[in-house]
Amino acid sequence: MKRQFPLVITFFVGMLVIVSQFIPHQPFGHLSDTLESWFLIISGFAILLGQLNLLKVNIIKIHRKSRNWQYYIVCVVSFVVMITIGILWGTQDQPGLLGQGSALVSFFGRKPFDYIFKYFFENLSATMFSLLAFFMASASYRAFRARNLESSLLLISAVLVMLGRTTIGTWLTGWIPENLTYLHLPQIADFIMKYLQKTGQRAIMICAGLGIVGSSLRIILGIERSYLGGK
Amino acid sequence: MSFFEKLMKIDRRIIFLLIFVGVAIPLIVALNFELEITQPVRKVHGLVEDADDGAYILLSFDYGPSTKPEIQPMAIAILKHAFERDYKVVCSALWPMGVLMCSEAIESVKEEYPNIEYGVDYVNLGYKAGGLVTINHMGKNMRETFPTDAANNPISEISIMDNIKNLTNFDFIVGFSSGSPGLKEWVQVAHDAYGVPVAGGSTAVQVPSLSPYLNRENQLVGLLGGLKGAAEYEKLIASPGTAVKGMDAQSIAHLLIIIFITIGNIGYFVTGKYKQKRL
Repeated sequence: MKRQFPLVITFFVGMLVIVSQFIPHQPFGHLSDTLESWFLIISGFAILLGQLNLLKVNIIKIHRKSRNWQYYIVCVVSFVVMITIGILWGTQDQPGLLGQGSALVSFFGRKPFDYIFKYFFENLSATMFSLLAFFMASASYRAFRARNLESSLLLISAVLVMLGRTTIGTWLTGWIPENLTYLHLPQIADFIMKYLQKTGQRAIMICAGLGIVGSSLRIILGIERSYLGGK
Repeated sequence: MSFFEKLMKIDRRIIFLLIFVGVAIPLIVALNFELEITQPVRKVHGLVEDADDGAYILLSFDYGPSTKPEIQPMAIAILKHAFERDYKVVCSALWPMGVLMCSEAIESVKEEYPNIEYGVDYVNLGYKAGGLVTINHMGKNMRETFPTDAANNPISEISIMDNIKNLTNFDFIVGFSSGSPGLKEWVQVAHDAYGVPVAGGSTAVQVPSLSPYLNRENQLVGLLGGLKGAAEYEKLIASPGTAVKGMDAQSIAHLLIIIFITIGNIGYFVTGKYKQKRL
């Protein structure tokens, strides 16, 4: 019963949503709308669940003194600090338990939550993302080789797109006369992206779409049951 | 050990240093490379420029701080263009961090447009979880999806929302996206199911996955791809900002990467590693 009941619910709800796409009239349309509202509410709870899970996983790792356990302390402390100041003084225009925190706003220039978000979190996040440039440069030097025909084609098109997608491309080929604009690097990059890349991407998307339809049907019909947990 | 063998074993810290210098110098001294405007950017500009007076537009902030340097300039440029044309701007977010991204973008254009009024010229509806389903629900009923704005004010008390019942009341939608849920979902639901024109901006790495939607059916009217797309838009509205400044640095970084690839490949062939692989 523990496994059968969720399967029945999944089948019923899945079929209802599919039918409502073809017959949007009552009662299917209304039921589908109600299910959407439920989904939005459940999504909100999923965020809370995710936060609790994050806290639990990190605390367990600290408790067991797993490898690099000190870093997990930073995560838990940051998590607790952000939640606490968010609850106490709110964010932006939203008041917290202690109101708008005018004294703190006059000191920091904005609410404590917003201050930490803007001056700590934003910069740390952007830094982490920016580090990719350094690793990409190193990897391109060591790994991007014309080993065979396929990798040579990839290499040439990558270089052309990279040049065309920056101002260097315009700078290098901007002098070419108007009647030969197809030789401009930005135009060549656009050609590669518009025709060669797009064709491959469409094929991938169609395959992925068919895969999603197949997986969804497997779940609705109860063939795929891994979402219920266990084997 | 030959010169090329030494070059092949170069310390990666030297590569890091070269990239750092290559990015830092153009940020300090502007190189002012010329920019060529591409068609997808022109189309986004055309969509914003040609809308009716007093048009209602929806901007969706579906990104976080990690991609802010790339996407925020697009959002700021579109906001400036929209306020210049006196449009009514409704902001929402499918990413939790998008709410603050929206507030910061509006804050940064307020100096240029001090007369814009919250609730009258623009509103920040905040974040709603659910991605694709949320957009579908917005297509049916905006008030049920967003009963309050980001500051918990009831939608019924916000005058800009008086004429908005669902997505079809918007003249067009612009999504700023760095992943999923994002622009792809807006196209699939807002355009394909409700027929609302959708344009957007995304990170450069996302452009290949979004480009199939730039087609004759105009599933995606236009696309600002990465920092270059943002810089092109800034140039079109004659308001150069951080994207134009950042393009020089990005261009030099790309040029350096191309030089690294070239040197790496020359070394690969000269040192005979190519033959070793074949054997």
